[in-house]
Amino acid sequence: MCRILITLTTAVLMSLSVLANAQNVSREEIRGLDEQIQDVKKDVISLTSELNRLEEKLLFPSNTQAAFFISLAGSASGEEFSLESVEVKLGNQVVAHHLYTYREIEALQQGGVQRIHTANVQTGAHPLVVSYHGKSKSGKEYSGTASFSVEKAVGPKFVEIQIAGTQSAINFKDW
Amino acid sequence: MFPRLACAIAGVTLSALTSLHSIPVQAKAPVDPGALHTDELKDLFFGEALFNAYQDNYVDAISALDTEIKQHRLLDDPELDPFSVHFGQAEFAVGDLELSYRMHQEAGRAMEQVLQGNVAQPIKNEAAYRLAKIHYQKQQFANALHALELIQGRVPERVRAKEQFLRARVYMQLGRFSEAVELLEDLKGEKSLQGFVEYNLGIALLKAGETEKGVLVLDGLGRNAGSGAARQALQDKTNLLLGNQLMKEEQFDRARQYFDRVQLSGPFSDQALLGAGWVEANAGRYDRALVPWQMLKQRRATDAAVHEAMLAVPYAYGKLDVHSTAAVNYGQALDAFGEQVDVLSQSITSIREGKLLEALRRKEASQVKNWVVELRKLPGAPETHYLLDLMASNDYQEFLRNYQDLNNLFERNRDWLQSLDAFEEIIALRRSYYEPILPGLDVAFRQIDARIKMRLEQRQRLAARIDNLLVNRRPELLAKSDETEARLILEQMREILEFNPNLSSEETTDRIARLEGVLKFRLSREFDDRLTKAYKNLRELDGVIATLQETYQRYVRTRQAATHSYEGYTDQIASLRGGLNRAQDRIDQLMARQGSMLEQLAINELDERRAQLESYQIKARFALADSYDRANELQEQREDERKVEQYRVQVEQMQEAEPAANPDGEPLPTDNPPELEAPEAEGGAESAEAADDE
Repeated sequence: MCRILITLTTAVLMSLSVLANAQNVSREEIRGLDEQIQDVKKDVISLTSELNRLEEKLLFPSNTQAAFFISLAGSASGEEFSLESVEVKLGNQVVAHHLYTYREIEALQQGGVQRIHTANVQTGAHPLVVSYHGKSKSGKEYSGTASFSVEKAVGPKFVEIQIAGTQSAINFKDW
Repeated sequence: MFPRLACAIAGVTLSALTSLHSIPVQAKAPVDPGALHTDELKDLFFGEALFNAYQDNYVDAISALDTEIKQHRLLDDPELDPFSVHFGQAEFAVGDLELSYRMHQEAGRAMEQVLQGNVAQPIKNEAAYRLAKIHYQKQQFANALHALELIQGRVPERVRAKEQFLRARVYMQLGRFSEAVELLEDLKGEKSLQGFVEYNLGIALLKAGETEKGVLVLDGLGRNAGSGAARQALQDKTNLLLGNQLMKEEQFDRARQYFDRVQLSGPFSDQALLGAGWVEANAGRYDRALVPWQMLKQRRATDAAVHEAMLAVPYAYGKLDVHSTAAVNYGQALDAFGEQVDVLSQSITSIREGKLLEALRRKEASQVKNWVVELRKLPGAPETHYLLDLMASNDYQEFLRNYQDLNNLFERNRDWLQSLDAFEEIIALRRSYYEPILPGLDVAFRQIDARIKMRLEQRQRLAARIDNLLVNRRPELLAKSDETEARLILEQMREILEFNPNLSSEETTDRIARLEGVLKFRLSREFDDRLTKAYKNLRELDGVIATLQETYQRYVRTRQAATHSYEGYTDQIASLRGGLNRAQDRIDQLMARQGSMLEQLAINELDERRAQLESYQIKARFALADSYDRANELQEQREDERKVEQYRVQVEQMQEAEPAANPDGEPLPTDNPPELEAPEAEGGAESAEAADDE
């Protein structure tokens, strides 16, 4: 029995020294690897910035670019309103239909702005129709539709679609 | 013997737990609202970066903010850019995001830049706090303290409590417990840190030697740490700590009440049940120790506490002299250990085959909560329940996140490489479309361009002439073509008459003069109207020319855009592809190294658990044999006692019957009954063996 207990003691000691496992790999090795990983992250972020610019320049040149952004109006922010879906029609064509994930809803509620669609359009007026569905905290459903005329000029066009969920309203803002 | 050893186990458990607990508890920091929140958005792209940041899409958020900051710095009048409102916030946000993305070096550099920059002291203070946080996370506590000492004067309100809490934790790590206690006492009642302050204060007091005060603080926290899963877990952890502390001090009854407070469904319940059993066993109440241990024994067969309970239960039965039940339980433990040893062996093989890393690379890793635990459900995957303790360690978590980050970067780069191929295809298509038609278009454009220029010059001349007429009144310049013709005819006639005076007469001269007068009169009289009309016409012409120029500019832009849509990308794409390929090679190597570390740590952990179980198996076998022996001894002893009792009863019966059966008073036999005789012959030995067998 005595031996059993000694073994038990050893086992408990072993089970509690989980962290000591990490010591099998030297601290210097861990630090060195970590620093290299940080370096590669930095390089990839820099490459990503450049690639994003290239993509935008190539696919959405400034003279034809029109981008549409979704945000929640002040009254809809917080946790009062959860956006479930948004549909965007540009020139009578559905160009975006988005169903929101929980994290996206949270990000919008915290004040984030979602780029829902980027298009290439000619200069001139383009009809924009936006509709949404959502729910309040109490479970009441809200929906709304609104139209806007996008006046595309020579430069890039940015339109913010601000959804005031519980008021069933949509505001547009030209940037 | 056992109580002392049990105390030793408890002591070891406690010291190990204390050492674990002495790592100060950190309140799970929410996203800093100061750095990543804005009440009034002035720049859409900043809002877009926030959208990514709130979803932990760090690469997108950091690269977007970096781009915005760089572009803003290049502006001639940056104050006119709406982003200027968010500029300072964005710089801090990049640092924060880099920290969240475990880019400590970059985050540290960003904060040091702020500290060395010409900025207000409150901003420097915030930067110092953030720098200290980075050092703390990197377990560089002296550096963290140094950064905190850079704080001078007022700390921004929203980080004041956090700064103080961080400072207290740094003091604790540096062994300056009394200073930590002072700071933590001040922080009591801080809502955002509720529970965490008390826990650290309790630990600091215990470490500072003020045991009673520490126990008192922890006792309060153990009664009510607040609502929510995290607070409940903290409450359980506190009670477990107190239970172990008091068990170490041999205050078993007090210790039991703390173990009893731990929730039965919480993450610390196994340890609490085990501790509750040991408390009772230490107090010699083995029957009561069996209650928590039996409960624990039914739990998940992969937990170390359950394994310990599997041995502790039969041990307690043994102490209660129920050796047969002890033997049965040892047998069950042996079966369970055998199964788990097989599971562990299969898990080690599975990890060596790369199944763990394969599972960690799956998409579910970012979508399923606790994927590292859940992945055990995949066919052939290792049993991750054995890795829970390892996975909870900071090092392993760092390795795991680094590995997943690298995998995400690898996949992201792979997608970009595919996109670059697509970009090149687009460029080639555009080139093949535009190049044949552009020369013809250019020729036509040059012709039109020449005509446009000519017309524009004409317009300029007309405008100049009209402007001149305003100052220098010359009605003939506004004459119609028939009027000009008439004026020229009259001039011609006058010249003819001057050349041939014979033809001239007074009447003719008068008529010419009259006609010229009529013409001049009409031109003079209509001059203002005609000038106004000419102006109006010029304005109309300007409208037409504006349309012409717009069309002209549009054409020029389209022409340029056509060229720009395929010209000048080759070098950039080649350079980016080279960069991506180099990054992929590095990521591949780093993933292999990081993955190997992850696998090695997991295998070591499983190996240790297997060795532990094998050791348990050996001990359980010995204990099983021992229990059988004791059970047999006890059985024999009871059999003997039964026989003695039977004999005694027989003797008594005989004594009662004696007066009738032996009226002469013949003495009773004094020799032993035959079954109690020592075996003398072979036959006797056989009968003894037979009795043993029975």
